[in-house]
Amino acid sequence: SNPFEVKVNRQKFDILGRKTKNDVGLPGVSRSKAIKKRNQTLLKEYKEREKTNVFKDKRFGEYNTKITPEEKMIRRFALERQQNYGKKNIYNLNEDEELTHYGQSLAEIEKLNDIVDSDSDTEDRGTLSAELTAAHFGGGGGLLRKKVPSEQQDEEEEKPKSRKELIEEMIAKSKQEKQERQTRRESALELTEKLDKDWKEIQTLIARKTPKSERKDKDVEKPKPDDYDMIVRELGFEMKAKPSERLKTEEELAKEEQARLQKLEADRLRRMRGIDEQANKKRTSHMSADDLADGFILDKDDRRLLSYKDGKINIENEEEEEKEGEEEEEEGEGEDNENEEESQEESASEDGEDDAADSHSDLESDLESEEEAAGNKEEKKHKGNENESQNVEKLDPKREAAKSELPYTFAVPESYETFKSLLAGRTIEQQLIILERVQKCNHPSLAVGNKAKLEKLFGFLLEYIGELATVDLPELRTIDKLVLPLYNLCQMFPEAASDSIKFILRDAAHDLEEVIEVKGRATFPGLDTLIYLKIISLLFPTSDFWHPVVTPAFMYMSELLTKCRITTLQDVIKGLFVCCLFLEYVSLSRRFVPELMNFLLGVLHISLPKNQAQGYTVVHPFTPVGKNLELLLVCDKEDLESWEKQNVPLSIVTRLKETSRTETNHIRLSCLALCFDLIKKCAALYESLPSFHEIMHPVRILLTEHVPVNEYPEKLQEWYHSALKELENKVKHYTPLICEKKKPVPLKQYTPKIVKVLEFGRKQAGSKKEQERKQLIQRHKRELKGAIREIRKDNQFLARMQLSEIMERDSARKRKVKELLGSLATQEGEWKAMKRKKWKS
Amino acid sequence: QLPTGLYKKVLVILHDSVLPYMNEPTLMMDFLTVAYGIGGAISLLALNGLFILIHQHNLEYPDFYKKLYSLLDPSIYHVKYRARFFHLTDLFLSSSHLPAYLVAAFIKRLARLALTAPPEALLMIIPFICNLFRRHPACRLLVHRPGGPADMSEDPYVMEEEEPSQSRALESSLWEIQSLQNHYHPDVAKAAAVLNQSLSEMEDDISGLLELSAYELFDKEVKKKAVDVPLEFEQVRGLFGKKNDIFAEHFSLD
Repeated sequence: SNPFEVKVNRQKFDILGRKTKNDVGLPGVSRSKAIKKRNQTLLKEYKEREKTNVFKDKRFGEYNTKITPEEKMIRRFALERQQNYGKKNIYNLNEDEELTHYGQSLAEIEKLNDIVDSDSDTEDRGTLSAELTAAHFGGGGGLLRKKVPSEQQDEEEEKPKSRKELIEEMIAKSKQEKQERQTRRESALELTEKLDKDWKEIQTLIARKTPKSERKDKDVEKPKPDDYDMIVRELGFEMKAKPSERLKTEEELAKEEQARLQKLEADRLRRMRGIDEQANKKRTSHMSADDLADGFILDKDDRRLLSYKDGKINIENEEEEEKEGEEEEEEGEGEDNENEEESQEESASEDGEDDAADSHSDLESDLESEEEAAGNKEEKKHKGNENESQNVEKLDPKREAAKSELPYTFAVPESYETFKSLLAGRTIEQQLIILERVQKCNHPSLAVGNKAKLEKLFGFLLEYIGELATVDLPELRTIDKLVLPLYNLCQMFPEAASDSIKFILRDAAHDLEEVIEVKGRATFPGLDTLIYLKIISLLFPTSDFWHPVVTPAFMYMSELLTKCRITTLQDVIKGLFVCCLFLEYVSLSRRFVPELMNFLLGVLHISLPKNQAQGYTVVHPFTPVGKNLELLLVCDKEDLESWEKQNVPLSIVTRLKETSRTETNHIRLSCLALCFDLIKKCAALYESLPSFHEIMHPVRILLTEHVPVNEYPEKLQEWYHSALKELENKVKHYTPLICEKKKPVPLKQYTPKIVKVLEFGRKQAGSKKEQERKQLIQRHKRELKGAIREIRKDNQFLARMQLSEIMERDSARKRKVKELLGSLATQEGEWKAMKRKKWKS
Repeated sequence: QLPTGLYKKVLVILHDSVLPYMNEPTLMMDFLTVAYGIGGAISLLALNGLFILIHQHNLEYPDFYKKLYSLLDPSIYHVKYRARFFHLTDLFLSSSHLPAYLVAAFIKRLARLALTAPPEALLMIIPFICNLFRRHPACRLLVHRPGGPADMSEDPYVMEEEEPSQSRALESSLWEIQSLQNHYHPDVAKAAAVLNQSLSEMEDDISGLLELSAYELFDKEVKKKAVDVPLEFEQVRGLFGKKNDIFAEHFSLD
């Protein structure tokens, strides 16, 4: 552009690597641009400032770019017609009404008359008819003959067509066109078919001939291209053999399993300490590009891995592998044979009848160690069942028959009612299979909505379990089984599961709080809530420092133990159940639970005869004096004698059977035994706490001084002594506390702070957030400045406009005044001239 | 001379709807003193009126702190009037002229009793104790004793001693708070861990913590949003199917 219009912003120093944006400016151009823009916007506004009229463009679709011009025109036309039609109709009474005369339309008659008239005219006048002229004058009539009909047509056409006719015509036209098109297409199709047929006929001829000729040609050029080509092609198209993953041996599998468990355990420990939560958060897990983020993890071992051992395919279900992993830790290598036996047994038991399975599993459990300590035969039966239900492929014929009634695909129930009806009337096994099939048929990887559906299923299952637990005769065995699908679902959808469990907990806590507010005291919740709490411990790791589900559960249980009143034996059992829960929750993390100790102390307290409380104090739900004293006191000698340790049936909690006094007394003694055991476990757990002795002090006093040991049956005395032993043989050990050393605060120094410059020309402030904030502030400042400048310029522009207006007005006024004065002067002049003339004359 | 319920009712409203309107509040002196001597919840409630008399009407109460000290028993963390009691205790112990042995005895006793307290009380009492340490730096020996004996076989503090001066609290250490660092509630554990470090200068404001209820705590926990939910990795084998399940030993599914 013109060098005189360019303004160069001179730079004081040249800096290498700096990009300069604004080194050259075009002030004239930009100013004219700005003025133009203002003329278009601000000036317009200014001029219209006192006008209220607005120009509205109501043309149909004027600014709509989506409609094609033709369509727009058609629509406009239609609109116009509509408008006219409506408007005319108001005043024009007989637009469409046809006037008739003897049942004939007047208009028709008129038309016909005209035509008839003209025709008759020609006839009547006696002029030569067309035929006549043709006959008599030959070719001359040709012209005329042609003309006549055309004239008539013209006449007809000239008559204005009514709207109806127009439209009808249009429709007819379009119909005709359509038909034509169709026929054309059909004919084209026919033609192509024919061509095809012909081609086929010809092809056979060609096919026979061409190869010969080709081969002849090729034979000359290349000696054996065909074979070579074939081989090359074959090689090209052949599936490339890919290196597959080596099948893993037994040891490797076990090792992997072990490594996985170890990793998980390490993870758990880390969470238990709750130290490096932040550090952990930063580390994001790797996400594959193919990850659907649906929680489906392929390498979770819900599949069975194929493995070889001694050249034999080794099929085992997953549970067993896990077990082996554990066993291997303990026993080392020497159990290969055992494995084989087990696997054989396993398959045998799976194939066999139920009874056979039981006996086998009995055998098996002899080999295994842990479970059978407490378990009775019933439990083993469960295990057998579980194993079987876990693998669907192999099912004994009996079961098969029973199951044949079940359909193989299930839709996920949408509501709890349908869910219930799905499971109603089925046996436990069937219910399990149904649930499994529901899960399999609706796996989230199969369809989009499945995830939400299955998440709902978890809630239904929970609700169902709660219902099973609340009925008069709680179906705990069913619940025992249903825990498995619950666990699987939870593994699939942790968030949804935690949400629904939290929801249940919140409801329960809310109810409790309401009862406390209304009555001032609370009662223990039903068995369902207790079962839920137990299920939480199965689904989630209870040792975490903080856990979204477990921590609220802790709080709730703490409330239960401190707020709920103990008035009946059932309350005691429920309380002890909660104590067990607490102990289980903290069994790994060894966290301290004051409520637990208080409650156990209270339970011991109510087992004593009245007025013995000395040297210890019981807290809230228990009182030193009051109603609930002696709730666990057993005085009957015979009952004491006949007692045997029994497991407390949980169904007692929902309904108190009409039991004899002896039975009640036995349950009391069982509760006491449980209490002793819990104390023992607590002592083992809290051994490491620095104030262990202070915590256990009241319990110890009560045990040593108040409990009437000698009256108890021998078994109970054993429990008692083992508990007391656990309490007593702990060394007292106190080391004075010392605060952690604080890092000394460095003195302020005057040496300059040296910061590494990473990028020139950019401010470096600590964190990313801070930087972002600064950037925002700066941008805001810049925008503000720009806006102010714009406003100022606008004002200047307006002032200029106003000034020019005023000047214009002034000049106009001046001009007018001048004109007036001028005219006056001429008038005056003329008048004077006249006067002078008079005088002269 | 009054039934317990009525006693409580009277004492609850005494300090703000009776005493300010009396011409001669000192007349209530005997009533309050007797009530204070009764023990339990009534003593706790009488404290409030008594405080007004001491504070505004020059009541001289012999062995006031000793009495207060003896009021501390396990139930204070569980009673309904906990907030009021600790508010007053905080007031009484805010004087910087109290001897260190007395404050130490209070600290030690409160901490000892905290071993039986529910979490909502613990969340209040731990900052309370921290505040006492801030006001009485001489008591910091309880948490920081660099030159002490390496090993003790017994806690020197005597819990049963009625007289704070005889309780040997200053020779002891706050092992109770150290135990509470293993509390199951994460906030309690964190609060207790504060005493491991040297304390900041500013006092904690405990007025918001006094009224804390268990339900509030629960609600707070439940409403926390979790980023991810860790899961149990041990395969479930039934309701009581865990390894060494306590339930399997004592409960049956019948």
